[in-house]
Amino acid sequence: MDDFLAGFAELFARYDVLGAFWVNIQLTFWAAILSLLLGSVLALMRISPIPSLQWAGTAYVTVFRNTPLTIILTFMYLVVFSQLGLKLSDDLETTFFWFAVIGLSVYHAAFVCEAIRSGVNTVPVGQAEAARAIGLSFLPAARLVIFPQAFRGAIAPLGNTLIALLKNSTVAAAASVATETSSLMRTMIEFRPDLMVAIFLTFAIGYVILVIPIGVGTTWLSQRLAVKR
Amino acid sequence: MDQSTSTTGQPAADDTADAPTSDRVLGAPLVELEHVNKHFGALHVLQDIDLTVRKGEVLVVIGPSGSGKSTLCRAINRLETIDDGSIAIDGQTLPEEGKALAQLRAEVGMVFQSFNLFAHKTVIDNVTLGPRKVRGLSKKAAEAEAMTLLERVGVGNQARKMPAQLSGGQQQRVAIARALAMHPKVMLFDEPTSALDPEMINEVLDVMVALAEEGMTMIVVTHEMGFARKAAHRVVFMADGQIVEEAPPEEFFTAPKSDRARDFLSKILTH
Repeated sequence: MDDFLAGFAELFARYDVLGAFWVNIQLTFWAAILSLLLGSVLALMRISPIPSLQWAGTAYVTVFRNTPLTIILTFMYLVVFSQLGLKLSDDLETTFFWFAVIGLSVYHAAFVCEAIRSGVNTVPVGQAEAARAIGLSFLPAARLVIFPQAFRGAIAPLGNTLIALLKNSTVAAAASVATETSSLMRTMIEFRPDLMVAIFLTFAIGYVILVIPIGVGTTWLSQRLAVKR
Repeated sequence: MDQSTSTTGQPAADDTADAPTSDRVLGAPLVELEHVNKHFGALHVLQDIDLTVRKGEVLVVIGPSGSGKSTLCRAINRLETIDDGSIAIDGQTLPEEGKALAQLRAEVGMVFQSFNLFAHKTVIDNVTLGPRKVRGLSKKAAEAEAMTLLERVGVGNQARKMPAQLSGGQQQRVAIARALAMHPKVMLFDEPTSALDPEMINEVLDVMVALAEEGMTMIVVTHEMGFARKAAHRVVFMADGQIVEEAPPEEFFTAPKSDRARDFLSKILTH
């Protein structure tokens, strides 16, 4: 047992485990914000009265929800960065980081859109009719009446998307973000195969610790903010 | 638009509607429906409806369920689209979509069966939303007027509560205040008391009667005969998507001409 714990101590001493988690938290943070914005716009398009916008929103969701995340992130690295030569910063690491954020965002936006749409479905039709009846056109009605209620109904599915995003942020390795957890884990296994179990437990427990508060938080929020009818 | 040409095409319908009620003074036509048709799939819910409501008139629409009366009411502010025919409000034909439609809807107050107060907003915010966001009133001005309206419908002391904390009757009175805050030219009531517990029906009807006495143009889909007798200038009886009969309330309730109306009235009167 002492040996086992000593193994953990050695891993934490030699490798920047917390730093790696911090990278994933940052990836998740920015991708969460971007995907929430993009997902909201997509949801708005899908519920809009304009057929071409509905079509575009649906097409986006169909494409990105059904494409493996690894492919999107590899695409960001191999095509957008290597072939097209797009750079977001002079610093390569920063460029890779933001490409990973963009890849994570465009992918998860599709899920955010569907989460919000399920929230929109919790808003009775009469709310939209009442909004239109006082003279609000589509956008103000969506902004002032539908979305504020839809978000409250969408908190639980949005929480699930956030949890998936946090765990999926480990795929950022495919976009060459070398400092995040899965990359670090691979390095650790390569150099310390003798501590394999400890390495796995480190990352498994680390993610459980990060994810549990999200689940608890969203449940609490969705109860607290629930619209009483 | 070319509304004038089409209205002259059917003065007969207007004349018959007005004939028995010549004792009242009503203004110019405000809501004009001409040859309005609507289908729900195979069901022809509105069949060639012609109807003119004059300024200041209180019209009660009555009829069995499925007769198309709610659809008619909702078509007037285009919550239901129509297949053909035309609907004009104050001489202006209902636009298809977009800003123009929103502007026209702002002129038409609507009260729903299920109240439809904005569930995430307080009572006063429900009333001020339209004036602030559509009319561009300041928060202060909108709230001052909202309070006056809420006092008028008797729920001034509930202004800071959420809709779910109010009784059905109170919610419906807030909904009336919300519609009035837009200074509508005409008010539509789609079965405003059907979802209410019996003891709350009168508090809503009283507000509506007061509104009628002030000269508001109203189209009311309801089965409340007391209200029709007290406040309506004219009763329109609908069945199977058609206007079967129209008459002043007293005449309609005591001596209906059509078999359908007699049959319907006998059913709702025996209870």
